Amino acid sequence: MKKKLHNLKEKYKGKKMAPAFNALHTFLYMPNETTHSGSHVRAADDLKRTMNTVIMALIPVLLFGIFNAGYQHYSAINGFPADFSLFEHFLTFDNFWIGAITVLPLVIVSYGVGLGIEFLFAVIKGHEVEEGYLVTGMLVPLIIPVDTPLWMLAVAVAFGVVIGKEVFGGTGMNILNPALTIRAFLFFAYPTWMSGDKVWVHQAVDLAGTPDAISGETVLGYLAANKGAEFSYSISDMFLGFIPGSVGETSTILILLGGLFLIFSKIASWRIMLSAVLGSLVMGFVFNMVVDAGWITETSKFYGLMSLDFWQHLIIGGLAFGIVYMATDPVTGAQTNRGKWIYGFFIGFISVMIRVFNPAYPEGVFLAILLMNVFAPTIDHYVIRGNVKRRLKRLKNATIFPKDTDNKAEELKAETV
Amino acid sequence: MALLTKKDASLITDPLADNNPITIQVLGICSALAITAELKASIVMAISVLFVLGAGNVVISLMRNIIPSKIRIIVQLVVVAALVIIVDQVLKAFAYELSKTLAVFVGLIITNCIIMGRFEAFALGNGPWKSFLDGIGNALGYGVILVIVGFFRELLGSGTLLGFPVLGDPVEKTGLYATGYENNGFMIIPPAALIVVGIIIWVQRSRNKALIEEN
Repeated sequence: MKKKLHNLKEKYKGKKMAPAFNALHTFLYMPNETTHSGSHVRAADDLKRTMNTVIMALIPVLLFGIFNAGYQHYSAINGFPADFSLFEHFLTFDNFWIGAITVLPLVIVSYGVGLGIEFLFAVIKGHEVEEGYLVTGMLVPLIIPVDTPLWMLAVAVAFGVVIGKEVFGGTGMNILNPALTIRAFLFFAYPTWMSGDKVWVHQAVDLAGTPDAISGETVLGYLAANKGAEFSYSISDMFLGFIPGSVGETSTILILLGGLFLIFSKIASWRIMLSAVLGSLVMGFVFNMVVDAGWITETSKFYGLMSLDFWQHLIIGGLAFGIVYMATDPVTGAQTNRGKWIYGFFIGFISVMIRVFNPAYPEGVFLAILLMNVFAPTIDHYVIRGNVKRRLKRLKNATIFPKDTDNKAEELKAETV
Repeated sequence: MALLTKKDASLITDPLADNNPITIQVLGICSALAITAELKASIVMAISVLFVLGAGNVVISLMRNIIPSKIRIIVQLVVVAALVIIVDQVLKAFAYELSKTLAVFVGLIITNCIIMGRFEAFALGNGPWKSFLDGIGNALGYGVILVIVGFFRELLGSGTLLGFPVLGDPVEKTGLYATGYENNGFMIIPPAALIVVGIIIWVQRSRNKALIEEN
């Protein structure tokens, strides 16, 4: 089999379909060619390995999302179980089955359409298929509601991959996170399918208006509507993830474990994660202070989310998921270490701000990350300029060699001090 | 004798394709983004600009030898303002609802870069007939893009064309809507026009590689 593929590759070399074939080939086996000239780096973590590590970190979240889809569906019909036990009520085959028939099609459509477009562009432009979509394709089903119609997802994925990524030059050249571009497109194109109290539970939309109508509002939805007292989810429910929400965003603990895995495998930046957590805590704390000072009364429409304990922002909605898997995207995030702190901090800060101040968008994480994606190059630019300036200052005080009168030359030398 | 000499004809056809004011010169973008959510508004806007630019170019061309160059911008503004007011009044008289949709954008034809650009670049240096053709050509080039963008935005965003429900009724779920299709709300908001114009530019440049700038 392996030998056959190698031979086939030789046959296809130079042909139009070569990139598509090579992608499949290297996905299955290691390439059989070696570099012949010049120095080359031997490292285990090529792009494909990096992407696979992120996918491994996402698998627990996906599995939890599958079970939770079924759990939320049956709980909406029968009511939440009074004495919850993990194996009796959550890890059941019924739950798994509901999740499998709702979540897996999302995964398949996301990968099918996205990879199809990647292959198409690779063949047209004659470059190799890049692995960037492997992670995007897994992220997309996890950040949308469970009952998103498949054709909408297909349209959104096509838009996100073409406009969000391919027009900029493909993997590694994109300004915006493609998965979030896809979610933003869905959110603005089909808002009725992306928010409200019907979309988070399987079949809730189909049953609306019938005697069997079911619904499940997210915690954020309740709070944004100032109905904080009406939901029955405890703090541990929110932390463990037994709440309605997008497929993969609910379980903070599994996201946390995935995040630790990514940090220890050095795939994702701990600076971005930590600073984003700090940013959201600071913003939440400021809002808490405003409430404590009595500037906001209970009748205010901002009261529900403003009075939420500042640390609880992290365990509801998609903030944790966004921080761990989206903000840390190495392509669209800040590249410098100091830039990462600023970039992450503002993601957390703005996410909570959008949550509180715009009840029409109960979830602002994706908007905050997209906004900071746009600003990331600017942040890096000023961090680097600041560094140059500091070195220039050091150069001025140093008396190693005679100072140049020409500023340009000085600046160049400063880079080396 | 042909109606137009080859050179004259190119004054009209060039701006339609390889020298399009919107996709190549990137002028007049703001009205193209603002009013193209409906096809009807796009068409009316295109006709208004056609009138203003055609007539304006002729007037400026006739006056080109007597306008002192120091105050030419003011003279141009007076001419275009007078023409725009005519358009505005006609719209208010005969198509009141539409003039409300177009709102301030009819008045803003005055500041449309394409118009001042053609006055400056062409009408001030050419005779009235050539200026007329140039004005018509550029306005048509602008109008074509407006109509294309308006067509896609109205079709995908509202499921109608010129107000007719071509895809069926979204409330009664007839036609295409019976299959679960839904209107794309993204197409209604102005950023969508930017993306549609971007895609037109992309298609145009990949068909004609000579248009791609070096950088």
